[in-house]
Order: sequence, then structure tokens, then C-alpha cells
Amino acid sequence: MEQPHDEPILAVSGARKTYGAFEAVRDVSFAVSRGECFGLLGPNGAGKTTTIRMIYGFSPASGGSITVFGQDIRTGFRRIKSRLGVCQQGNTLDPDLSVLENLLVFAGYFGIPRAEARIRADELLAFFALEAKKRFQYEELSGGMARRLMLARAIINRPELLILDEPTTGLDPQSRNTLWDRLLDLKRQGLTILLTTHAMEEAERFCDRLCIIDHGQVVVTGEPAGLMAERVGRYALEVESPEEAMAVHLAEAGIRFDRSGRRLIAYGDDKAALLALRERFCAESGFIRTATLEDVFLRLTGRELRE
Amino acid sequence: MTADARFTGLFWAVWRRNLLVYRRIWAINFLPPMLEPLFYLIAFGLGFSGLITEVVWNGRAMAYTDFFAPSMLAATVMWQAFLETSYSSFVRMFYQKTYDALLATPLTVEEIIVAEIVWGATRAVIAATLMLGVIAALGYAPSWQALVVLPIAFLGGLAFGAMGMATTSVTSSIDMFNLPIFLVITPMFLFSGTFFPLGGLPAWAASMATVLPLYHLAELTRSACLGLLSPASLGHALFLAVFAAIFLVLSLAGMRRRLVR
Repeated sequence: MEQPHDEPILAVSGARKTYGAFEAVRDVSFAVSRGECFGLLGPNGAGKTTTIRMIYGFSPASGGSITVFGQDIRTGFRRIKSRLGVCQQGNTLDPDLSVLENLLVFAGYFGIPRAEARIRADELLAFFALEAKKRFQYEELSGGMARRLMLARAIINRPELLILDEPTTGLDPQSRNTLWDRLLDLKRQGLTILLTTHAMEEAERFCDRLCIIDHGQVVVTGEPAGLMAERVGRYALEVESPEEAMAVHLAEAGIRFDRSGRRLIAYGDDKAALLALRERFCAESGFIRTATLEDVFLRLTGRELRE
Repeated sequence: MTADARFTGLFWAVWRRNLLVYRRIWAINFLPPMLEPLFYLIAFGLGFSGLITEVVWNGRAMAYTDFFAPSMLAATVMWQAFLETSYSSFVRMFYQKTYDALLATPLTVEEIIVAEIVWGATRAVIAATLMLGVIAALGYAPSWQALVVLPIAFLGGLAFGAMGMATTSVTSSIDMFNLPIFLVITPMFLFSGTFFPLGGLPAWAASMATVLPLYHLAELTRSACLGLLSPASLGHALFLAVFAAIFLVLSLAGMRRRLVR
């Protein structure tokens, strides 16, 4: 059944997942529309991967509803999964198979005929610069190649929604940038993407919209630029071990700031005002920079360690 | 709207994956079933011939090697299928995360588990076919009924494959497989009317042995090789079918509990 065009491709509503007494996901709701890249951000243990697993039918939700392509994941799992691409966080490539075989065999799991799988595999190997490696065995692949192959494998069924669970974690800058280029290509081709990450640069670069979740709940949803403007402003003044008078002044003046260990970070849209603050309190140690999504993230989820 | 089917023919894709990997090292996979009967028959034929001249099986006197050769077919079916769905499936599930990848495709837990068990049975059939060739060439399978060994091997492979998978579903570490192997599989290998007829055991022990699936499988392979298949053989086949069905249900329940988190 074809869904109306303006309906979201993915709608998560009040999703909940409990393991005994432990609530991994308490209440998560968001919707992703066609052609959008949506980010799911949050510290470790916030419930990102659990949420994603509920969406692709790996973990049954304990409550709430999840519809993909207009169908309920509980009943339409097979129809949904045949149109879904999933790139899991850990390496789940088949170590008993070569690079090419990994793609061909995976295509088989979607019921794609062999001749068609061959064509798609060749296209993907070229796209991900793996052509020369297609006879490679699993052990011969570097981390970056393995991740590219994971991504190639995830789109062998030409999915309408691609789910990426921390696609660049642990990659070196070269591999990360190559992967980003390919992801950007896919995005430009109109692929809808759901991305989890804690690389804020990645989220800022790719996501049209995003939500930050913490302790299994959505903290905020919005566009990256909008969230930055609303929560921190355009600039940040960062100071190492400032005098206490500065914090007192900021609090009195109603200027937004955060403390992180010995560091203090004050936010604002007015660069001149921040410069004046720097002149007054910390001409030596303070510096002004552009505010980032990371500032928003840390403001909302706190600066204490998550372990 | 109706729910999607939990089980479809898509499971053959997982079976084909295993076949592809098996074919790559076919020479290594083919050797044991061809060499094993040679070694055993030489050892028992030459070494034991002075000690045991004849055995009595189901009221029929026969040479020991005639009695023993078909047992190897049953034993190899058991080992092949059980080891495939225990150690090998565990490695795929636990270390290689293959099932995690499969569950992100349209495949269901049910299809994956059935594919693994059917693959275990397929391996058993391949090994039994090779071994039967050697045994027949040596004259230990004189009847055309011996060809029925192949479907029998598949049925036995399903039974032991399901048993292995049920074990895997409750096994937390790979070393734990030593337990069922040494406490269940090895005693079964020895006491199922494979190395000696059950008539040689005290009555209570003989009746205990009849609940072992390998006993029924060995009765079938021996009857087939010697051209003695009879209506009673259907009873043995039925036992294996019921055994396979019970352990399939246990496998699916255990694996759902384990994989669906």
C-alpha cells in the first residue's frame, strides 16, 4: 500500500523499552519526513541504539508506536525491513566471505536475484572505492574499508530509509572524510537518513533536523542552526580558571554561561559584548570562538561524565 | 492489515550462505567422512577379527564389520549435524555477530534458525553420501536399499541439528559445549547399538538405549545397507521425526529469548 506523500517516512510516538526494572527508553517521539536527514543525539547510554533497534524491528518496543512507511513495525516488519537499510554500530560483516561475496550474499537475504545483485554490487564497489579490494578477505580490510563495506551492504537493497548507528566512530580523519563525502552524495540523491552520533561536527554537517535524547527521553528537537541560536547564541567566550567575580557578574547581567571543571563558557550573539567581558575579566586567558552544536549538547545534557 | 508471515522460503538464502562457505574448504570437509570408515574398518577388521567373529543383531548372526560399518553412517550424521549447530552456529551468533546482521534484513529469527538446522542436516547428507560410497565400495552396503541412507541421513541430521541448536540457545560460552558432548553425545555414540548390539547389554540398559535418537538412526542405516528395511523401520523414522520436531520447538523458543532483546 502506497502511503500519502506528505506523511512522515518514520513516526516514533511515545516509544518505550524496558529490560526488567531498567528503562532504557522512557518516552521518545519524533518524525522523519522524506528526503530529510534526521539526527538522534545523546550521550552514551541515552537510549539511541535501543531506539534505533526498535525502529528496525530488532527489539520489540515495550510501549508506544512505531510506524515506518506508514506501516506498524509489529505487523509489517518484513515489508518495512525490505525497504530499510541498516548500518549497525559494531562490525557485523561476514568474516567467512570476501568483500564481493559479502554484498552478493546480503542481497540474497533481500531476495534480490543474482544477476541484479551482481550489477548493484559492482556499482557500490565503485561508489565506495572498493573495486580493487573486491576479492579481499575480511582480515585484509582496514577499519575504514570495513565501514565503507558496511555502508555499501546497507544500501544494496536500495532502501528508502537508511539508518546509521554511529557510522564514523573510531575512524581516522581520512576514512571519516571519505565516508562523509559518500554520505553527502547519498543525501543529495534524496535518500532519507536517520543518524545517531555523538560527533557534533557530523550532526551539524548532515542533519536537517535533530533531537537530543538523554536518560531515554527527548530533551529537545529542532534544526541545528535554530537550536544554536535559541540555546547558546552565535559566539562563546571560554576562560580557564576565571575569578569568581566574573561568574557573579554574568549571573547578575543574565548572560548565559556554563562551567565545566575549571573552565567557564559564556554565550551570546553580540561579539562586542563578549569582547568587553574578556577585556574586563580575562584579557589573558579568555578567547572567543564560534558557538557549536557541542555547546548546545553539553548545556542540555550536562557536563558530567557518562560511564 | 494482516501481519507479515514469520516464515518464508527466504531461509534458503541463509542456507546458501553456509553452502558457499562450506564449498570453499570442500577438500578439508570431504576428507574425514572418506577416511574415517577406512581407519575404523582396518582397525576393527584386522585388529578385532580374532577376538570377535560374529555378532547377533535382531536375531541375525553376522560378521562384526558388517554390523559395524553402517553404524558409522549414523554416527557421522550425528557428529556433523550436532557440531554444525553447536560450535559453528555459536561462533556465527556470538563472535561473528552474523545473526545481528541478518536480523536487520527481512529475515526472521525463525527463518535463520531453521536455515541453520537444515544446513546441519545437509552437511550430514553430504558426509553420509561420501562415506556410503567408501563403505559400498568395500562391500559393506550390498543392497540397493542403501540409497535410502540419504533421506535417512537428512532426517537424522534434522534431529541432531535441532538438538545442537537447542543446546546453543542456552549456552553462554563456547567452552560449555564440552558438557553436552562428553555427557550426552559421546555416551550416545558408544551405547546406541553402534559398536555392539543392544542384546549385549543387560535388559534395563538396553531399554534405556532405545530412547537415544542415535539408536534409531543406526537401526535405520544398518537395515538400509543390508537391504532389511521393513515396516518396523517406519517406527524408527517416526521417533526421529518427533525428536526433531520437539527440539526444533525448543530451539526456536530458546533463540527467540536469546536474540530478541
